[in-house]
Formats: sequence, structure tokens, C-alpha cells
Amino acid sequence: MPTVLAVTENRTGVLRKVSFEVVTAARHLADLLGATVDAIVLSDGAVTGTEELGKWGADRVLLATHPDFRLYQPDGFAATVAAAAAGHVAVLLPASATGRDLAPRVGARLGVGCATDVVGIGAEGGKVLVTRPVYAGKALQRVRLEGTPAIVSLRPNTVPPAESGKAGGAEKFDVPPFTARVTVKEIKAPAQAALDVTEAPIVVSGGRGLKDPSNFKLLEELAAALGTAAVGASRAVVDAGWREHGDQVGQTGKTVSPSLYFAVGISGAIQHLAGMRTAKTIVAINRDKDAPIFKVADYGIVGDLFEVVPRLTEEIRKLRAES
Amino acid sequence: MKIAVCLKRVPDTTTKISIAADGKSIEEGGVKFIPNPYDEFALEEAIKLKETAGSGETVVVSLGGDVAQETIRTALAMGIDRGVLLQSPGSADGLEVAKALATELKAGGFDLILFGKMAVDDYNHQVGVMTAELMGLPCITAVAHLKVSGGAVEAEREIEGGIEVSTCSLPAVLTCDKGLNTPRLPALKGIMAAKKKPLEVKPVSLGSGSLTVQSLNLPPERPAGRIVGEGPDAVVELVRLLRSEAKVI
Repeated sequence: MPTVLAVTENRTGVLRKVSFEVVTAARHLADLLGATVDAIVLSDGAVTGTEELGKWGADRVLLATHPDFRLYQPDGFAATVAAAAAGHVAVLLPASATGRDLAPRVGARLGVGCATDVVGIGAEGGKVLVTRPVYAGKALQRVRLEGTPAIVSLRPNTVPPAESGKAGGAEKFDVPPFTARVTVKEIKAPAQAALDVTEAPIVVSGGRGLKDPSNFKLLEELAAALGTAAVGASRAVVDAGWREHGDQVGQTGKTVSPSLYFAVGISGAIQHLAGMRTAKTIVAINRDKDAPIFKVADYGIVGDLFEVVPRLTEEIRKLRAES
Repeated sequence: MKIAVCLKRVPDTTTKISIAADGKSIEEGGVKFIPNPYDEFALEEAIKLKETAGSGETVVVSLGGDVAQETIRTALAMGIDRGVLLQSPGSADGLEVAKALATELKAGGFDLILFGKMAVDDYNHQVGVMTAELMGLPCITAVAHLKVSGGAVEAEREIEGGIEVSTCSLPAVLTCDKGLNTPRLPALKGIMAAKKKPLEVKPVSLGSGSLTVQSLNLPPERPAGRIVGEGPDAVVELVRLLRSEAKVI
């Protein structure tokens, strides 16, 4: 029986949510191909969440444990995933910072191309078919993967984890010998510990309309009131040095697909719209009723953000207090 | 210090995209092309590293059609010493592009090979790291902070919720992210000098690859939204809609 390999990701001994998304997508693909799902966990010891992988669709869990796998070990991970993928019909990875580094390494080692940052996956005639945004989401490309295995990285937040109740029994997988050409020394906390805009279910982004970097405090308060929300930024304010480039949403920044996106004081330049148009619900708050952002927004408020945002934060807090 | 930078010609990020008659590519007529913005960080870093070292050579390599010569000249005007065009229509499969680049770069004796972390057209994030794998070189991707000294590299890259710090030795391949530096604009003197710098054109043929683009489509239009109201008085209604209609809070 053919097998789809799902590559999971963990940090400090805990599986990341994107792992469950990848296993769910692997299950979906395996069902289309009449295949089973192996999920691989690369770590230096026990990883919390491993026992859940069956629930999300893994028939079998491969534990690739190695003392050098406390943090990401690019060469070791690539060697291990390439070895585990031998004979598999497809390999799915998260299109996270790690997955984007790892997928092409595996492809190069196995001599097959990769489809990265995929937002839709299917099968036709035994081949994997994917949809992926190009030109920062200004267009969608449909690609057929002719090689075996088909290597696909899945954009975070595009496949909600769904339960399918498989066995998910764990087995040891022997890490093959590898040469560590790169060593990851440490992970430093960012300047402000925050949820990444690509993974947050809610993103509150600000642009030039905020007038001053200190006014981003208004958006941070709104994000805090909303709960699990990240604060994003337009290119204009990142280029002006108001915000870190890691917060930038748009074609030269990040592409996000949260369930709720607030564009505050952002006019909606084409390169920004490209980065957020796949959000489920978009709210725009802008003084200018003719701003292009209102063309893509589901809900808009025309008005002074310095009046609207604090009121919105207050209403959200009230709602949270009630529920 | 001998440094190569791989460069791609891409449509300007402010370009509105329309689909060509083949249904698989974009209509290029009227589109302005620019050096891939992430590759500009690589170009700047190469020029800076050579300036710091006080000696060495910088080479820009681009795979593309004849029109990419113009993009290479932009890099030469910034201060890169010489250019190589690997003349090819390109491939949807990053591995095929990486193979051609690896073949070209192998004999070059480079201490560092720099790429942008991705191209803003195909969003592949692949070619740099694949080239490194094919050459058997260490590779750190999406580098936003870099120290090169004593034959070793220490690089920082952004990961979700943190900064990953990695080390490797030279020779190495690095892919560059925004934040690494501020790319210089070509000065008039540089533009004049670029016209006289060597630019070698080498035809290459790529393999068929393992990815087939079946179609390219514009994304579905978002359904028309509505203006809930004006000013802070509209907030209560907005919150109600987000809760009861959109069900997102």
C-alpha cells in the first residue's frame, strides 16, 4: 500500500499546531490515493502531542530521536526525512520557517522538485495536484507533481486540523548517519514575544494612518482584547522603521490567512492586498471612504481610527467579559 | 573573498497581474521588471563584504532570457564586478534551475554564494538551498543578520516566535531576508561603469523537471463588502456582525 509521509514540527518538546494541519492534509491526500499515513517526529526526546497524531489521521508514528535534534538540525533532518520518504508516494511538510528550509533539501537529496506554500491539495490519476499562490497571491497556480515522492509544503492556517481517529502507533525510526554542515546554536526570543502573523487566527495590522510608531499601542491593546491575535504592519511603516520586518504583511513581507484581519489606517496598496486577501473576514478602518482597502473588506468603518479603535477594544472587552 | 550572487528578474511588486493566452503564465506586455527585491539584499551584502575585506571579486549570475542582461547591468551598476547570464527560458521546477546554477558555480571557487530567500514571482523558497545541497555546501536560509569572520559564518533568521542563530564554515550558501541591510541605489558613476563591466552569456538547457504547471488563474474576487457606518458609533454594529454573521469572534 502506498504511504504519505507527514513531517511534524516541535519546539521545546511540544508539537506545534501546524503539525496537526499537516497530518490532516496528509490524511486527506492518502484517502484520495488509497494510501496510509506515516507521521514523523524529529526530536532529542519525548514530544508532547505525539500521542495525538493518530487522532488527526496518522496510521503510524515514526520517532526519529537523536541527541543533535534538540533544535532544528538542517542536515540531519534532511537526511532522516529523505530516508523515511524512500518509497513513499508523497511527503507533506509545513511551510513554516523550518519547513521552507527543509523541503528543498529533501527534494534535492531525492532528485525531485517541490511544491512550496500550497493552499490546496488533491489527486488525479494517482498524481498529486496542488494549488499554490504565486505573485504573493495575485494569482493561483495549479501544479501536477510528476516525481515520486511528491514533496509538498503546506501554508499554515489553510487546513484546519480535523479528527479521523487512526491508530497512530509509535515506532522507532533509525536516524541515518549525517554530516552536520550547519549548527543551530540557539533560539533567541524576539524583541517582543508575540504570536507570528502567519500563524495567528486574528491579525490586527496598522499602516501610515497610525501617524506615529507609539500609536501601535492602540492595536496591541485591541489584539490583547481579542485574545490570540498578532499585530501586523504595512510595508510603509516597516520601511519607515516603525515596526519589525517580521510583522510586515504583503508581497515583500508575509502572506497571511487568518480567520479575521483588521486593516487599520492602511489604504490597501496592491502589494499589501496580495498578502491578506485570503483572510476569511476582513475589517477595514480608514478615514478615506475611497481607500482601495474597502473594496476587499467584508466590513468597513469610515472614520478616525483614534476614535474607532479604542471604542472597538472596549466593546470587545465587554463581549469577552460577558461570554 | 570571492562572492557569487544569484539574481532573478521578476515583475515589479506593484504590478497588476493578468493571465496570458496560454492560461499558464502572466501577460508580460506592459509589465515593468525589476531585480528580485530579496536578491538586492544579497547584492548589497556581497558588495559590503568585499568592501570590508578590501579585496576579492563579486560575480552576479542570473538564469533567464536575454532581457535579464538588463537586470544584471543593474547589479553591476550597484558595484558587482562581473556578470554571467545562463540563457534559458527557466523552469517551474526549482531543482532544474538549481542544477544549472550548481554546474556554473562549482568551478568558481567561491567563498560565499548568496541568494534572496525567495523570488517574489514564483514564491518557491527553493533554489538557493537546493543549489547548496547539490554542491554539498552548508546553507543557512532567510538570513536577516550576518557575521562573517575567520572563515566562519554566524547568521540569524526569523522563525515563528523567535530568532534562530546558526553557524557554519565557509564556503557556504546563504539566502537573504529583508532586514539584512539597505540595498544601495546605483549611482550615475556606477551606471556608466557597469556598461564596460564583463557580462558573459552562456546558453544552458534545463531538464524537464517534475512539476507541470497546469493552469494559472486570478484568485476569486472577494464578494462585495459593506460599510457598516461612520465613526465610533458604528463599532457596536461591527462587533455584532463579527459575532453573529461572520462568527469570527
